[in-house]
Amino acid sequence: MTSPAETRTYPGARRPDRHRRVDTTGISLAVHEWGDEAAPPVLLAHGGFDFAGTYDVFAPLLADAGWRVVSWDQRGHGDSEHAPLYQWEADIRDALAVFDSVTPDPVPVIGHSKGGSLMSQLAASLPGRISSLVNIDGVPSHRSMPDVQDHDRTKLLADDLAGWLDHRRRSATNSRKPGTIEELAQRRSQMNPRLSLEWLEYLVTIGARRDEDGWRWKIDPSLRMGGFGPWRPEWSLYRLPDITIPFLVVLGSEPEPMGWGTKTGDVWPYLPRQARVVEVPDVGHFVHIEAPEATAELVLEHLGAPGGRR
Amino acid sequence: MKRTDLLHNHLTLALWELRAGAGRPLLLLHGLGERTTPDALDAVESWPGPVHGLDLTGHGASDVPKGGGYYCEILMADADAALAALQPDGDGPGVTVVGRGLGGYVALLIAGARPGLVRGAVIADGPGLHGGGPGPTSPMLFRPEQDGSTPDPVALVELATDVRPPDYARTFAWQASALSGLDTAIAISAVNRPPWLAEVASQPGVVEAELPAALELFARP
Repeated sequence: MTSPAETRTYPGARRPDRHRRVDTTGISLAVHEWGDEAAPPVLLAHGGFDFAGTYDVFAPLLADAGWRVVSWDQRGHGDSEHAPLYQWEADIRDALAVFDSVTPDPVPVIGHSKGGSLMSQLAASLPGRISSLVNIDGVPSHRSMPDVQDHDRTKLLADDLAGWLDHRRRSATNSRKPGTIEELAQRRSQMNPRLSLEWLEYLVTIGARRDEDGWRWKIDPSLRMGGFGPWRPEWSLYRLPDITIPFLVVLGSEPEPMGWGTKTGDVWPYLPRQARVVEVPDVGHFVHIEAPEATAELVLEHLGAPGGRR
Repeated sequence: MKRTDLLHNHLTLALWELRAGAGRPLLLLHGLGERTTPDALDAVESWPGPVHGLDLTGHGASDVPKGGGYYCEILMADADAALAALQPDGDGPGVTVVGRGLGGYVALLIAGARPGLVRGAVIADGPGLHGGGPGPTSPMLFRPEQDGSTPDPVALVELATDVRPPDYARTFAWQASALSGLDTAIAISAVNRPPWLAEVASQPGVVEAELPAALELFARP
């Protein structure tokens, strides 16, 4: 049996220049850096079910513009340790441990999806740690809530709950399903339908590991898509007016399964005075992957010259 | 007390047998910062069947999850691990759950999520009954140190701030009532009425009763 090729390339994609680990919260996190180590830092937070490698095209564009780009795999994601539990505030504490490993001073931060939402909350709760914020399609809104009657909602929740509890009864012994690079890419494309298979296959070679019986996504099998809980997406909007630093919201115009479908009009009433929102046309939730150059241009303009005053 | 180790994902939980016996088991869930103790039996002496107590994640003899990340639905899944142990084949007389404070909220959650396995839930006063209130307040950041001891300080902070919207709690009360087949699915013996519990108290299938009366109600075959 011949072994299939185990590496992939992708136009413009570049692996980080440095890898290191941070484990001050008890969980060992994988930290990845692009660009000159002595350059001014910018931090980059990935979305749910992603990992820092999803920035392999976007991050080098910032690094080449003179920034030290620091990203990390969130707990249970990519090359970071699987944690006993996963929760929003825990992710924010993990993020702060990475910030601490870079500088005690305020730094510019960019976050996509869940990462954008996490960083928006961090900016509102610890204003002294972030100097400038970019949120890429990471503003939840009520649009993601299905419009159903209360009694249907009860049934939906009952099914969700039973499914989630059944999953937790099995999760100690669960593992991700193995497959070829092509199969894993194909599976991921169901949640990332606008992204090319070439890109998704490239991601497999970073976000998955090669076991004897095939490739498996590294993400903790106890993590599960979808869910329930008391949290309302629109609560995230309520944090936005508290933010006092330079703040750019980038939205993709096209709805997608992994996105919240938030439009400019949803965000506008909650935006603080100094903030700016840009809706990028003809791209979905993964704005920085579909349109890396245009997104980098927006972000670099927002950040100003590395190390300089805006 | 006889201890059984349960596995919930990768954490080990301590399930204590407070009193052996035949018939429908009673499962006790302690409050925030508490643990299962032998004197917990005093309040439920009238129960005719076996009595068990579960140490929730980060409490008592159960594991501390490094890096924290607690929320009440995780504790609901702790209770589900106990249901799986007390009723391994899934059919039987059902399990009645009595919770104090935080454990009372968890009892409501598991009664709504496993209406076929839980035969009545009692919500009693105790630490952590309020939780973080009905909606989000000012965001805050805390980074408590963990040393592996219980109660885990991260559990105390995270579970004391866990938001409990009344309409969310109501959904669990509805499910318990609609899907359990019981005329009364939930009894409230607590005196305090945080917003989530006031909402639950006004729902069909929910009664207010002192603990001995509530136990008598759920002890019936």
